[in-house]
Amino acid sequence: MTNGIDQLHWLREQVGQLWNGGVAAEAGVYPAINVWDDGESFRAEAELPGFKIEDVELVVAGSQLQIRSRRTFELREGWTVHRQERASGEFSRTATFPAEIDADKVQAALKDGVLSVTLPKAPSAKPRKIEVKVLGPVK
Amino acid sequence: MTTEMTKESAPTTMTQAEPMRAPRFMPAVDIFETPEEYVVMAEMPGCDPKGIDVQFENGELSIYGRIAPRELPKAAWLTREFEVGDYYRTFNVTESIETEKISADYEHGILTLRLPKVETAKPRRVEVRTK
Repeated sequence: MTNGIDQLHWLREQVGQLWNGGVAAEAGVYPAINVWDDGESFRAEAELPGFKIEDVELVVAGSQLQIRSRRTFELREGWTVHRQERASGEFSRTATFPAEIDADKVQAALKDGVLSVTLPKAPSAKPRKIEVKVLGPVK
Repeated sequence: MTTEMTKESAPTTMTQAEPMRAPRFMPAVDIFETPEEYVVMAEMPGCDPKGIDVQFENGELSIYGRIAPRELPKAAWLTREFEVGDYYRTFNVTESIETEKISADYEHGILTLRLPKVETAKPRRVEVRTK
């Protein structure tokens, strides 16, 4: 338990500093995102434990993806808090990709707190195979 | 409830069939107390529900979550802000708990444990007999 734990503690510290009574984190660090290129599409992943897909807003424009949501914490009557580490408040993260995205074909799923987004590249962004016609000898 | 985090210890008894992999992360938790029970909510996204193990032994509560297989590229990363790995955390519980009634639910990546408190002995009325 070395690197992963240190990273987690750092992230939690950042989250703790940013979230105060629902202040939106514009250049936020929550949630952490992983983004990669699988050739045909870009893939983005974020861990959002406790969220359902209906709670998350995804906005795709040009070559950007914005992930927005909020978690409001309400203490139930008769309950006392012994420890509170889970973050709450509003958040917004923007990922910028190196190419245009086909916004109509974006798919997203949220399962067991893991948000997975598949963003197919716009046709103009994909490498195109150009067929070369062989003409007859130049006369 | 007194809580203590121990990083080094690994559980000595495991109920799952596969051996525990070296866990990577301690899940963030909220711990509440109600009149009847303690509620522990741990953030453990991406676990295989069958790979979640909860143990309560000698006043120590431990939770372990095995990550479900996840598609991650070996190359072509554009942004890599978090790692994926199994979860593990332990807590010391000093209050009396009805161990047989501990419940665990896993939903939306949150493991919720409910630890009912032992019912305190009800006051008894002693009848005085007179001759």
